[in-house]
Amino acid sequence: MSDVKITIIDREGEAHTVDAPTDMNMNLMEVIRSYELAPEGTIGICGGMAMCASCQCYMLNYQHMLPEKSYEEEDMLDQAFFVEENSRLSCQIPITSDLDGLEVKIAPTSE
Amino acid sequence: MIKTDILIIGAGPTGLFAVFEAGLLKLKCHLIDALPQPGGQCSEIYPKKPIYDIPGFPEVLAGDLVDNLMEQIKPFSPGFTLGERAETIDKQEDGSFIVTTNKGTKHHAPVVVIAGGLGSFEPRKPPIPTIKNYEDKGVAYIIRDPEVYRDKKVVIAGGGDSALDWSIFLADVAAEVSLVHRRKDFRGALDSVEKVEELSKIGKINLITDAEVVDLKGEDHLDAVLIRHKDKAVGEELKETDHFIPLFGLSPKLGPIANWGLEIEKNAIKVDNAYDYQTNIPGIYAIGDVNTYKGKLKLILCGFHEAAIMCQSAYQRINPDKKYVMKYTTVSGVSGFDGSKKEAKKEVIKSIN
Repeated sequence: MSDVKITIIDREGEAHTVDAPTDMNMNLMEVIRSYELAPEGTIGICGGMAMCASCQCYMLNYQHMLPEKSYEEEDMLDQAFFVEENSRLSCQIPITSDLDGLEVKIAPTSE
Repeated sequence: MIKTDILIIGAGPTGLFAVFEAGLLKLKCHLIDALPQPGGQCSEIYPKKPIYDIPGFPEVLAGDLVDNLMEQIKPFSPGFTLGERAETIDKQEDGSFIVTTNKGTKHHAPVVVIAGGLGSFEPRKPPIPTIKNYEDKGVAYIIRDPEVYRDKKVVIAGGGDSALDWSIFLADVAAEVSLVHRRKDFRGALDSVEKVEELSKIGKINLITDAEVVDLKGEDHLDAVLIRHKDKAVGEELKETDHFIPLFGLSPKLGPIANWGLEIEKNAIKVDNAYDYQTNIPGIYAIGDVNTYKGKLKLILCGFHEAAIMCQSAYQRINPDKKYVMKYTTVSGVSGFDGSKKEAKKEVIKSIN
């Protein structure tokens, strides 16, 4: 089993450095949920299909190493609020060994 | 007043399957859903997505699963109140409940089952701090009556189908239509995108792309929106308008159910999963994604299981003096309220001499 360290800044601004497994087919949204860094029902509402924007995060580093945005992800970010250049849907970011040291911030919830 | 045995709030897969389980026990159901069609998330968010973990279906499209459930429950003739949101619940002296929707439709039942999933789908509101002050005073998230906009100035925001379609429609009704969108790309039906482009060229739609509405102005009623362009050189512009219609899709909210006195944890309703998925209010059950308990899994198959267990308890509540044992459909078949009867073919006994 191999883990990477990821730093996640929650919606209250608190930073958490957590171990994320690379061998469990997990994505970043699921890591955030597994550590309960955002209340249930406020993140990953669609389950990870890039069909809501509740898992929006700002990528604070490694932006060039992340997979390209799919059409669906672009679409959703298009309808989302508080979108910045470094916004991504965290459900579309698989946890891989390259991401050791990734830093992200969870975007605010829209009403 | 609509009367039924079990009133189900939420017409997603769990709510629909509850109709079947209730029907086997000769209990009638009525469903309320805020969406205009049954199926919940399966119909609204991902009808074309395949699901692989419905027992017995190696692969089924979410939309097809809903169609199959509708077919399966047809013999039990469920009633539907669609496009309305359950708003209030009032307990009667006899222990039954009256649930009233946002449109005032009243439903009376001895048992209420909340199968509300993630909640009711509500329009997503842009995070403009002053927007609440202008709701119904120039700001609307849903177009109910297009005539309201006749000969008025309208600003629509969004880049999806509804923003495109309403811009096209209102171009012939309103005095002026502006469509504000964050990007140059629109993700709608190709026809709609082309039509908007065409109307924009002949000056019937004022297309403002790479821009966002960031503030609203007006004393008692909206009279202008502040539009911020991505291009810093263009900056901000104040655009006079009578109406602002942000169309950013729908997102689920637990909504008024959260104020019914039910025990809520993690945006979900706590239930007794040692027994029957009843909430802290006797007679109100919660099944499917809307409930929570230790070890809860938000899976359609879990919702189905919870529906079956809940119906047994609801039966006892409605018929406290009756004895009953669960029957298999392989033994008893399915007798619908519509007079239909499904059962296994009887084997023929014939001796061969």
